[in-house]
Amino acid sequence: MTATANAPRIEFRDVTKRFANPHSTARQGNGFVVAVEGVSLSIADGEVVSLIGPSGCGKSTLLNMGSGLDPVSAGEVHVDGELVTKPNRHVAFMLQKDLLLPWRTIVENVELGQEIQGVSSRERRTLALELLAKCRLTDFVDHYPHQLSGGMRQRAALARTLAVDPSVLLMDEPFSALDAQTKMVLQQDLGRTLADTGKTALFITHDLVEAVALSDRILVMSQRPGRIIEEIDVDIGDRDNPMKRRQHPKVGDYVVRLMNLLHVDQAAA
Amino acid sequence: MSGASRSLRQPGLRGMVVGSALLFVAFLAAWQWLPTLCGIPPFIIPSVSLVWQEFLHMLTHDRLVFHTAITAMQVGVGFILGVMLGIVCGFALGMSPSAEFVLSPYILALQIAPKVAFAPLFIIWFGYTVYPKILVCILIVFFPVMINVLGAVRALDPDIVRLAKSFTANRLQVFWKIEFPAAMPPLFAGLRIAATLAVIGVLVGELVGGNIGLGYLLAFGEGEGNTAMVFVVIILLTLIGIVLYSIVAFAERRVLHYLPSRARLPT
Repeated sequence: MTATANAPRIEFRDVTKRFANPHSTARQGNGFVVAVEGVSLSIADGEVVSLIGPSGCGKSTLLNMGSGLDPVSAGEVHVDGELVTKPNRHVAFMLQKDLLLPWRTIVENVELGQEIQGVSSRERRTLALELLAKCRLTDFVDHYPHQLSGGMRQRAALARTLAVDPSVLLMDEPFSALDAQTKMVLQQDLGRTLADTGKTALFITHDLVEAVALSDRILVMSQRPGRIIEEIDVDIGDRDNPMKRRQHPKVGDYVVRLMNLLHVDQAAA
Repeated sequence: MSGASRSLRQPGLRGMVVGSALLFVAFLAAWQWLPTLCGIPPFIIPSVSLVWQEFLHMLTHDRLVFHTAITAMQVGVGFILGVMLGIVCGFALGMSPSAEFVLSPYILALQIAPKVAFAPLFIIWFGYTVYPKILVCILIVFFPVMINVLGAVRALDPDIVRLAKSFTANRLQVFWKIEFPAAMPPLFAGLRIAATLAVIGVLVGELVGGNIGLGYLLAFGEGEGNTAMVFVVIILLTLIGIVLYSIVAFAERRVLHYLPSRARLPT
């Protein structure tokens, strides 16, 4: 999928993020840590882009700025052509933690976003049940989160993210806490759902195969201060079928290239 | 018997109920006859029948129902006001770390100070009325509630709040949809402690001064050397405490029904 003449769904323009360094003292001079420096990226409608990089390189920081939860120190973030200054309805995020509320049933959890946004109870219940059916959780709508397995909980979290009908999904290692097989099943669910709904997604992961299996494009970030050092187009078909894509012979080449960019071999030496 | 243990140990339940009843009968029997057998005089430990007779006597001659009602009323009012104050302060301090930092030495000092020591002070201020007793009760109930709510607000995963904010939740929505329900389990743990303390607060107030309430009857019984009367009052105070504790436990079961049964305290 190539970026068309359409305006990008989400765009980072020369974004920098500095944090006050809690460990610095007056003697050490400037008390700032630069987490992300001069990042520009643009994601077209319907595109799925993965972001990989060493731990602590500011990937999550980028995501927080994209969702409007954290302000940028310099630069601009635009979603659907609008400047992002605060949380907005265009973006929804999903984390490694499912963040399901233990006092709400699964269907009530899925409704949380719409409830906050003032959607009528009948309307949000209909949509929530529909999404839960797609996530194969129909039998568990009235269960509480603790009664579900980790994979099911993360599927419910995906349904909750989709329920607010965001233009852009921001995902921060959503499957990293799951076992290998559950993970593949959820990748399949996500790949299919993203293809069906035509959603745009920015996907952070440490799993190189996952990045190759799910995305149209992979952005590689450097050590802190995080910069984008490489952009790789994943030129394999079947983006809607990660399970099949994984088995493609070219996957290995992409993974090797990513390993070299991240200097994985040096870390092991 | 809690619902949890009932569902977990269904087969042995009958046996446990019978065992529990037998133990109670054995306890009453021991109370009735053991002191006499051991040569303990009734003014040290009156037998259960003597205590029962004293109870009936107090009902007709000492306005026992009135005094019990007064104490129960003070416990109820003090408990409710103390809990409400504790909840409000717990949330307020939990949401404002700077306020907690500034106030923490005073909170700690007040928490460590034996609350019952304030009873004489309140009596000086408000006289032999119900107010000093209710005030001691509020003070003693306040802390476990406030500390638990404060801790709950602090322990809340900030990512949950960020999730709500990413859905464009405003401050009020974050409170009612996230912070308030998240504080319920620790709040109820605090309420259980507070329920047992509430009776102590009122009782100390009554012992220090006044001529109404079970505390007054307790001091009166002591003055007369009427051990049976002291026993009656102790039992009634315990009953008031049990009623309050049961109400809390009942409410907890309704509110925290979503918790896995192993995470709930047996009642």
